[in-house]
Amino acid sequence: MNGTPPTIPIRPVADEAALYEIRKKIYPRSVHGWFAAWRWALVFLTQAIYYGLPWLSWNARQAVLFDLAARKFYIFGLVFWPQDVIYLSALLILSALALFLFTAVAGRLWCGYACPQTVYTEIFLWIERRIEGDRLARIRLDASPLSARKLGAKTLKHAAWVAVALWTGYTFVGYFTPIRDLGLRALALQLGPWETFWVLFYAAATYGNAGFMREQVCKYLCPYARFQGVMFDKDTLVITYDRARGEPRGSRSKSVRPRERGLGDCVDCGICVQVCPTGIDIRQGLQYECIGCAACIDGCNQVMDKMGYAPGLIRYATESALAQGFDRRTMWRRVFRPRTLVYLSGLLIVAAAASGSLVMRSPLKVDVIRDRGALAREAAPGIIENVYRLQIMNTDEEPRSFTIAAVGLPRLSVVGVEQPVAVGAAETRLLPLRVQAPVEEEGSGTKPGPHKIEFIVQAVNDDKVVRHEQSSFIIPR
Amino acid sequence: MSDFTSGFWGIYVAIITLVSILGCAILLFVMGKKRVPTQARKEGETGPGTTGHTWDGDLAEYNNPLPRWWMWLFYLTIAFSLLYLALYPGLGTFRGVLGWTSAGAYATERTDFDERVKPLYARYLGMDVKAVAADPQAHAMGERLFLNYCAPCHGSDAGGSKGFPSLRDSDWLYGGSPGQIKESISNGRNGIMPAFGPTLGDDGVKNVAAYVRSLSGLPHDNLRAQLGKQVFAQNCAACHGPDGKGNMQLGAPNLTDEIWLYGSSEATIVETISKGRGAASEVTRMPAHKDRLDDGKIQLLTAYVWGLSNAKAGDAR
Repeated sequence: MNGTPPTIPIRPVADEAALYEIRKKIYPRSVHGWFAAWRWALVFLTQAIYYGLPWLSWNARQAVLFDLAARKFYIFGLVFWPQDVIYLSALLILSALALFLFTAVAGRLWCGYACPQTVYTEIFLWIERRIEGDRLARIRLDASPLSARKLGAKTLKHAAWVAVALWTGYTFVGYFTPIRDLGLRALALQLGPWETFWVLFYAAATYGNAGFMREQVCKYLCPYARFQGVMFDKDTLVITYDRARGEPRGSRSKSVRPRERGLGDCVDCGICVQVCPTGIDIRQGLQYECIGCAACIDGCNQVMDKMGYAPGLIRYATESALAQGFDRRTMWRRVFRPRTLVYLSGLLIVAAAASGSLVMRSPLKVDVIRDRGALAREAAPGIIENVYRLQIMNTDEEPRSFTIAAVGLPRLSVVGVEQPVAVGAAETRLLPLRVQAPVEEEGSGTKPGPHKIEFIVQAVNDDKVVRHEQSSFIIPR
Repeated sequence: MSDFTSGFWGIYVAIITLVSILGCAILLFVMGKKRVPTQARKEGETGPGTTGHTWDGDLAEYNNPLPRWWMWLFYLTIAFSLLYLALYPGLGTFRGVLGWTSAGAYATERTDFDERVKPLYARYLGMDVKAVAADPQAHAMGERLFLNYCAPCHGSDAGGSKGFPSLRDSDWLYGGSPGQIKESISNGRNGIMPAFGPTLGDDGVKNVAAYVRSLSGLPHDNLRAQLGKQVFAQNCAACHGPDGKGNMQLGAPNLTDEIWLYGSSEATIVETISKGRGAASEVTRMPAHKDRLDDGKIQLLTAYVWGLSNAKAGDAR
């Protein structure tokens, strides 16, 4: 084949189209291969985590539990309070940076292998295949008139889907309310109205999205799908049809040497279109519908193998690799380019900062609230008193005792509270207390007006658990 | 709202709303039926065609149709809006079939909540206040109630501030027995110190102030105090008592101790006598709480406040 691509004249064809199109149902053909195996591995991994995690125990409680009512998130040894929302931000930043990085390196990896929409569609398709057969059998079944066999197959399929969906909904709610107890109550039909709603809602979402909506979610609903395109560049690995090698396409028998007939390697078998879960033809180039699942690569490689051609007519390749004819080494080396390195270093920095802060996190949080009603009062002649409320949060799962001191003015004393103060495991105590300062001496820094002071809350028996909180002490004129 | 007393505006808004919804429905119907001419892209490409419009020579417009189920979502929103406007207030002044109001929703939620917490309070209602004060759980509940309802004036530590008495000491304006405390919380207190400035004149006020300071042994002008004693007997003793020890029936404070509601300096006492206290501003009155707090809460607060100045209750705890 010569280097210049063939010019194809644009022929205007008058036609009419509606503004709303009727959906064409897609029957993805099953596919085996390297990338399909990877996807299945990720299906097993993500689902083992999702379905399994709520059943683990840690210190006589559920290991992972998001207790919304008590506003506490338990994740193994960690307990997160609403004040720890920064870690949620860190997690979201990490997720975003990881998405940027993976997308810049190899396109929509998330969509193709790990997104719940893909994973559950894969599971539901597997069920569909076991019951109704592969692509052709399903097309034939759907086209056939209603029969006992069709009704039986459809009933069985939907029953299986509903079972998976309900279990998914039950697991989902099990992250927010203890799952074993939830299971027992579900069996006794004693679920609360909100639990019932969320189990059914999540089940309905799974059933609808994985059973019916499928590629429609990716094409029309998903915002990720639409903005990931801007993270692509010329060195991003995307699933690519090697047009130069494949064209002109055409069917031929295995014995024919294609070059002699003026044919490319594409035998135009249409397998790549049949296996595609979004129903596109990858040979038309990169399209926004492509979720990067690589099913077409696996499908095409099987055909190439049967034909005795080299694999990789459809493969992960970059735009610049195709244009400039890079070999694999050069193409992969260009994965390390400024853009990906910036994403990677951002990812590492945020991960290090978040985990470092998590390790050094103090199990003690203190808020100081000055009383607003009275700025100050005279407790006794020459003794000025300010009133505060201390909110002491013990985020540990052990009860602790604390001593409270105030510094910042000469001879400050904390009164009106029995020390040490006991705070139960993972509890908050609101403690009204008074701070007194003598003001009779001249020139002792106790001028009228506001003074900066500091509360020191110190755990008994643990020097490391200490908190310094700023406040002000007001001496009236 | 006074601008909208006329019934016209309700109808005006309702018509605009309905016409808009109808307009959306018609637009949707027409667009759902409409077919637009498209031109295929390059040969062999099956993607969406173009509308055939070109700008600047080469800018074409793709016709990327939305899926048909999306159109049904639009119809669903129209059905939803009509149903919503029928059920809930939203269409002009029409109140909706369900008769829902935000105040009603609040009241329902409040009633539900009260029903839920009632058993918590119920067990303390039958108990003696002194026994409640000795109960640690009741103390914790009382403390939280106090911080919510009482602390803004009396302070988080119940130590009071200018014009708001301390509840921690054993000096009481209206009495410190459980019954008297409960009465103060339930029905409030409206003690008034009338202004004596016009009656007594500047000099008379100063004399009385000096006498008042002498009652609690504060430094004072002896001559003025002597003069003031007479004035006190004629004008002040009716409420504060001939010996200045106050009267709990009226909430007249004891003037012989070291506890001062507004302050003990001469200037402050002069101001108290000449301008009075309590009458001019509502702020210094103890409001009645029986309409805001139910019996259970008042019982717990009474026990908490009583316990503050009765060490025995604390010891028992």
